[in-house]
Amino acid sequence: MRPGKLIPAVFGLLAVSFLLLPLLVILPLAFTSSLFLIYPIPSFSLRWFDVLVTNPVWRAAIVNSLIIGIGTTILSTVLGGLASLGLREKLRFVSAPLSTLFLLPMVVPAVVLGVGLQILYARFGLSSTYLGMIIAHTVIAIPLVMVSVTNSLQGMDSRLELAAASLGAGPAATLLHVTLPLAMPGILTGAVLAFAVSLDEVVLNIFLAGPGQRTIARQMFAELRDNISPAIAAAAFLFIAGTIVLMALVLLMRRRVGGTAS
Amino acid sequence: MMARLWNRRTRAFLLVMPMALFIAVFFVWPLVIMVKQSVSDTAVLQILPRTADEVAGWDRASPPSEAMQAALIADLRAATDEKAVGDMVRRLNSAQSGFRTLMSKTISAVAKPETGPLLAPVDKRWMQPPYWIAIADALEPRTDRYLLAAVDLERDATGDITQMPEGSSANRLIFGRTFWIAGLVTLFCVLIGYPYALLIAASTGTTRAILLAAVLLPLWTSLLVRTAAWFILLQEQGLINGFLLSTGVIASPLALIFNRTGVVIAMTHVLLPLMVLPIYSVLVTIPTNLMPAATSLGAHPLRAFVHVMLPLSLRGVVSGMLLVFMTAVGYYITPALVGGAGDQMISAIIAFYSTQTANWSMASALGMVLLAITLVLYVVYAQLSGRNSIGGRM
Repeated sequence: MRPGKLIPAVFGLLAVSFLLLPLLVILPLAFTSSLFLIYPIPSFSLRWFDVLVTNPVWRAAIVNSLIIGIGTTILSTVLGGLASLGLREKLRFVSAPLSTLFLLPMVVPAVVLGVGLQILYARFGLSSTYLGMIIAHTVIAIPLVMVSVTNSLQGMDSRLELAAASLGAGPAATLLHVTLPLAMPGILTGAVLAFAVSLDEVVLNIFLAGPGQRTIARQMFAELRDNISPAIAAAAFLFIAGTIVLMALVLLMRRRVGGTAS
Repeated sequence: MMARLWNRRTRAFLLVMPMALFIAVFFVWPLVIMVKQSVSDTAVLQILPRTADEVAGWDRASPPSEAMQAALIADLRAATDEKAVGDMVRRLNSAQSGFRTLMSKTISAVAKPETGPLLAPVDKRWMQPPYWIAIADALEPRTDRYLLAAVDLERDATGDITQMPEGSSANRLIFGRTFWIAGLVTLFCVLIGYPYALLIAASTGTTRAILLAAVLLPLWTSLLVRTAAWFILLQEQGLINGFLLSTGVIASPLALIFNRTGVVIAMTHVLLPLMVLPIYSVLVTIPTNLMPAATSLGAHPLRAFVHVMLPLSLRGVVSGMLLVFMTAVGYYITPALVGGAGDQMISAIIAFYSTQTANWSMASALGMVLLAITLVLYVVYAQLSGRNSIGGRM
């Protein structure tokens, strides 16, 4: 190989290993029988998955993550979906600033939002409640829902809605039978991203949750600080597997919806 | 026609309304509260409202009037919230040392009905103006002391802004450290990310798919999982040390974790996709025949790169750098897990004030500074990359 080709190839290989190696090394440790989160693995075992489902702390964390995650998904998808539909109407001096405002939670550092919400929640008794956590996660999930729903609405052929209207469908019927099915891939993607954000969020949980709302991510954070056990790797395995399953679901849905639309 | 337009607008309004309300209450309002909290100082005013009325007419030099003393006694008798009283004492003691003992003495004295209406019998210090000046100053509901303290400044006795004494506050040091770490991470991200994006843009088919997947997979993976993974790699008995030891490159394990090295490595890994994707999205818009054209006209490939590729892709590079820097400045989780005590960034200090000591004023002031920095960076970023590009990185 000429050096002109060799150098990029070596660089590419190194960069890909840097990006992927960390993800690959953590997965096998989920199945270690050792007490420690280190290689080599003495023998394979499922003991750490057993810990996840039998240890009351981990179990509560999994349940909490599901409650907060599902709540966040529903709230942010409904709010974001409605707003995306509304923002299709371009009003000068209104639509553009609102779109920017709805994306800003992605920019503001989590600790800053955490401080503000902590003071607000102290006044309204939302500290250490599920509702408080769901609201906080919804704030940071909204930009992702907005982006994916807006993208799919922009990619839609608006003549289809005009056709429906000209054939006598009212606004509600058009929305229900034409717009929503066409926007479904974007809505589903937004919902999955919202769930993923909630699942992975730690900072707001530290600021706003009580011991009763500890999530898996928060529990992983605590374990990484105190007693580093392979239960973390087992949780990580569930995270990665969960991500893949959800992504596959979205792709499948998209294909199905795309198939009927075309 | 007008009616229909009106209808459509009403419908749009009704659709956007719930979201606008939600964001106003749970995003804008908390930030406004935070801003207010950072300049508000009501710990003393809350407990001493009657004293405030009396002190307002005082000349700040003559001995305290009888009315002022009686008002203070009345206020202290009326105060029932122990935590709020503690906050008041702490606030006064920070302005005038000796207040803690003076106040605890006075509070136990006013509990007895025979005390008053004068304070001299309780403690002679109550006859000295400095203590009353401290109270008068602390009664002011607006203050810049927290914002000044956020950058290690304070007001001296005459009201001029001065440096805090050496060693009493480290906020400036920590802001400096935050910028330094974020800058290092940005540098490493651009050093790896720019060539990597060029490589993706230059490749085709399966190679391009693999290179792109290698960027997107970490982006979709939980931050906690990625940080835990770096734990496994970097710790003393970790894979990197194990590999280097077994190959004989090193004789004893390197310290790769709980220090600056670990923080920079892990953060570079976490933020690298945010560098690669904006650059890549600009690169794919550049026609592929420009570089061959330059070289065929006799330009050395390096010269062609500097004069053709670099200027055209610069917008993406700057966007990526701003995005990485902006995100890195607010990072909390990764430094908290793989850094040592000397690698904590400003977010950790904010979290400390907010969750450990419940000093919301200080947390808010530091948060204000961080928010201002982030928003300035974001405005520049948004200008550079045009609207909606923030969604482009998903």
